[in-house]
Amino acid sequence: MSLEFLVASGIGVLVAGGIYLALRGRTFQVVLGLTLFSYAVNLFLFASGRLVVDRPPIWSKAVNEYTDPLPQALVLTAIVITFGMTALAVILMLRSFLETGSDQVDGDSTEEHEDERS
Amino acid sequence: MNLSLHLVIAPIVIPALAAPLALLVMRSKRRLGLAISFTACFALLAVAVWMLLLAGDGTVRTYELGGWEAPFGIVLVFDRLASIMLVLSAVLGLLALLHAVVTRADRAGWHFHPLLQFQLLGLNGAFLTGDLFNLFVFFEVLLIASYGLMVHGQGPARLKAGVQYVVVNIIGSSLFLIALGLLYALTGTLNMAQMGLRIAALGPEDQGLLRAAALLLVSVFALKAALVPLHLWLPRTYAVATPAVAALFAIMTKVGVYSLIRVVPQVFGDGAGSAAWAPAPYLLPAAILTAMVGFAGVFVARKLSEQAAYAIVGSTGTLLIAVAGWQVDTLGAGLYYLVHSTLAGAALFLIADVVARRRGSYTDTIASGPVFGQRQAVGLLFMVAAIATVGLPPLSGFIGKLYILGSVADTPGWGWAWGAILLTTLAGVIGFARAGSTIFWKEAAPADGAPPGGNHAARVPGSDMAAPIAALALLVALSIAAGPATAYGEAAAMQILDAPATARAVLGRG
Repeated sequence: MSLEFLVASGIGVLVAGGIYLALRGRTFQVVLGLTLFSYAVNLFLFASGRLVVDRPPIWSKAVNEYTDPLPQALVLTAIVITFGMTALAVILMLRSFLETGSDQVDGDSTEEHEDERS
Repeated sequence: MNLSLHLVIAPIVIPALAAPLALLVMRSKRRLGLAISFTACFALLAVAVWMLLLAGDGTVRTYELGGWEAPFGIVLVFDRLASIMLVLSAVLGLLALLHAVVTRADRAGWHFHPLLQFQLLGLNGAFLTGDLFNLFVFFEVLLIASYGLMVHGQGPARLKAGVQYVVVNIIGSSLFLIALGLLYALTGTLNMAQMGLRIAALGPEDQGLLRAAALLLVSVFALKAALVPLHLWLPRTYAVATPAVAALFAIMTKVGVYSLIRVVPQVFGDGAGSAAWAPAPYLLPAAILTAMVGFAGVFVARKLSEQAAYAIVGSTGTLLIAVAGWQVDTLGAGLYYLVHSTLAGAALFLIADVVARRRGSYTDTIASGPVFGQRQAVGLLFMVAAIATVGLPPLSGFIGKLYILGSVADTPGWGWAWGAILLTTLAGVIGFARAGSTIFWKEAAPADGAPPGGNHAARVPGSDMAAPIAALALLVALSIAAGPATAYGEAAAMQILDAPATARAVLGRG
């Protein structure tokens, strides 16, 4: 099995799981879904510079093969942003839960959704 | 490079400096903090107007950060379109700030002023940048600030809407990154001008991927622009936000529209193979539906702020009907209408707040209540704003819509566009007339059985009408100056559609 196939299917599984969880009704699952989805995105960005094994990410006259350093910089930015976003989402959802007494994303009372959970 | 051209980056630097300063001094010295906030906004406006005049000569100016040449460094591109948007965001920032300070809404929570400055920083950056990843970063800056502003003042309704807003936008940002990754993998560049050139040189084996990337990127912009079916997040969010914030958010959907106008001709223009004008077949039907849904919402809304939110959706639809033509005259008409609809939407939110502040427990619901103070003056303001929004003569909405109708007349599908615009105008007229007559003409005894004489509505000084009046005055000015404004819009459209010239200017090859 090639490296490309492994990475690609890994990203696919993460995206599928992330979207499934993000579509759930309760905030904790949504946060997990967003996190999985952002992992997938980061991996995808990383792979967008082609998968090269064991090569320096720097150009110099001595090396003939190197990996693209730009996606690594992009991933770093994306990681920082999604990390901050996830933290913000958690805090916001926590505040929302404390103020409305419900952890549903659409804010409806939990009684209406009782049958869904059972 | 002479010093005055460094002013190009001023719209990003001014709020970036003002925000931490305001954060530092606001707690102990409120007056000083306010002075900083207002000074920054006025400076921003002055710079933006200067840039508008400078860009009028038709050259595409670039600013290379740190002296790194494009395509290696990040480049700011400043042309007519960018300067129009900069002036608009500076004006809107000033209006929002004025209204928040006058109504003391900025004291309802912490850090209103720094967040406002960061919001302007993100907006201005998004309008100036010529680099696709940098556009993503500025999107994030303006979104993060908007999350803070959105829940400003707190309360369950705002937090609830805030959660949805954040989730929708995080997913939007993730999709943006996937599209960026695809485009980078295909072209090996993030500079928009160079990307356009490289896409034209792609082989047939990459066309499928290219088309997927183009459509994904366009869907992200459509999400920001609240295009049907991606509009569901907007009405709920904007209707519950602090009114001054909602007025500022009137420009947020236009950021999506701006990105479409900027990216599609530059990156996915004529030479882009399978992605050439990729969104074009979907944009017109989606825009027509958006206009319909928006003005249907105006028709049935239960609160003035909800009505204003739907008016934003509807006017974005009308605007995109024009943009979907991708011709010089349709795009020019669209740009004129863009400026108009942003100001009109902001005015509606501010007036909804003015009404709500005077009616006590009735707030801005569209239901008759007891007589409230300055009813005639507020009613007059509402009428003017409504006339402007739906596009009745003599204000700029009429000129804008007429201009759009004229420009789309020779594009395919013009019958649908005409039908949608005229029908939605009618729906808007009826919706606003119903709301206005219910609130300002009819009277009803208080429902809670209190005597009609015992006015439980708050007595409010008329000073909170300053910001709405200013917004409406700008609309009047836009109507009077329609000649030069439309000419500028058309020149901007010509510049946008001439992607090779922009590419030459950015990449510095003759």
